[in-house]
Amino acid sequence: MKIAIICSLVRPEEKLLIEAFGRRNIPVEIIDDRGLRFDLHALEAWRQYDVVIERCVSQSRARYLLRALSLAGVKTVNTYDVVENCGDKFITSQLLVQHGVPTTRVKLAFTVESALAAIEEMGYPCVLKPVVGSWGRMVVRINDRDAAEAVLELRDVLGGYEQHIYYLQEHVKKPGRDIRAFVAGDKTIAAVYRNSEHWITNTARGGKTSNCPVTAELDALCVAAAHAVGGGIVAVDVLEDPERGLLINEVNHTMEFRNSIAPTGVDIPGAIVDYALQVAGEK
Amino acid sequence: MNIAECPECSATITFQSQPVLHELVRCPECGAELEVVSLEPIKLDLAPTEEEDWGE
Repeated sequence: MKIAIICSLVRPEEKLLIEAFGRRNIPVEIIDDRGLRFDLHALEAWRQYDVVIERCVSQSRARYLLRALSLAGVKTVNTYDVVENCGDKFITSQLLVQHGVPTTRVKLAFTVESALAAIEEMGYPCVLKPVVGSWGRMVVRINDRDAAEAVLELRDVLGGYEQHIYYLQEHVKKPGRDIRAFVAGDKTIAAVYRNSEHWITNTARGGKTSNCPVTAELDALCVAAAHAVGGGIVAVDVLEDPERGLLINEVNHTMEFRNSIAPTGVDIPGAIVDYALQVAGEK
Repeated sequence: MNIAECPECSATITFQSQPVLHELVRCPECGAELEVVSLEPIKLDLAPTEEEDWGE
């Protein structure tokens, strides 16, 4: 069996995956995406791999290389479709709504004027996010009209074209935490609370993890969210609304898990490797 | 010995396990994020800076 991991840098997650393959005595080739050249007329060499695991830190690189590998007929974890669907927050939201998965209210607007009207319709506070982005980068909570006008003007004047796509999300009064659940195929393998005094709970922004029991409700919700975006290995972010219960916030396609192994006691890299081996063995 | 020098502050960095090429490490002295760019001998360089589409 021939397996490759494509990555931009070897973060703790990639090292944990390498070690998990090592424990199974399965060699894995590490491919640095910075050196890749894709010739669309000569992709045959990629067919030597039974599965390629995409672990790029750059979403753009992930999208293009998975598209190329898909064209070459190479099996990948995750697939091009999953990255495409999770990489754009509006597409994720659209798919969740389409599949009837409980999620936050979202509005999309293309101009400052229509975005301001959408914010006023949604009410304060609300959340403005870039459609493409991660780690809580450029995610802002808008508490009043003054803040809305200021943020929208800044994005209009200073931002690139993607900053002129205004993705607005209702603000959920979560209890000082959110839930990050890890799904492999048809099962939620582990979940953590991400606790923070700040309303942004990303661990990249200082959120602290603790174990979250995977209840039947959480498992069913997260698997439904994962299936809505195409399945595979994903991390589902869940908000606890005091009235409506669990709501999907986002789905992440190249998840980080370094801070979630110890509190859950779950071998997350091992589960990812087992899933990849299952994909490799599929006809 | 799995040791290397921080290119930013010259501190000696000790690896607890065998490093991997392109592995990210943080200098315990100056906090710089570094990339393993060579294994024999172990050499470090400043890691690439975060770009707009980086993430999960």
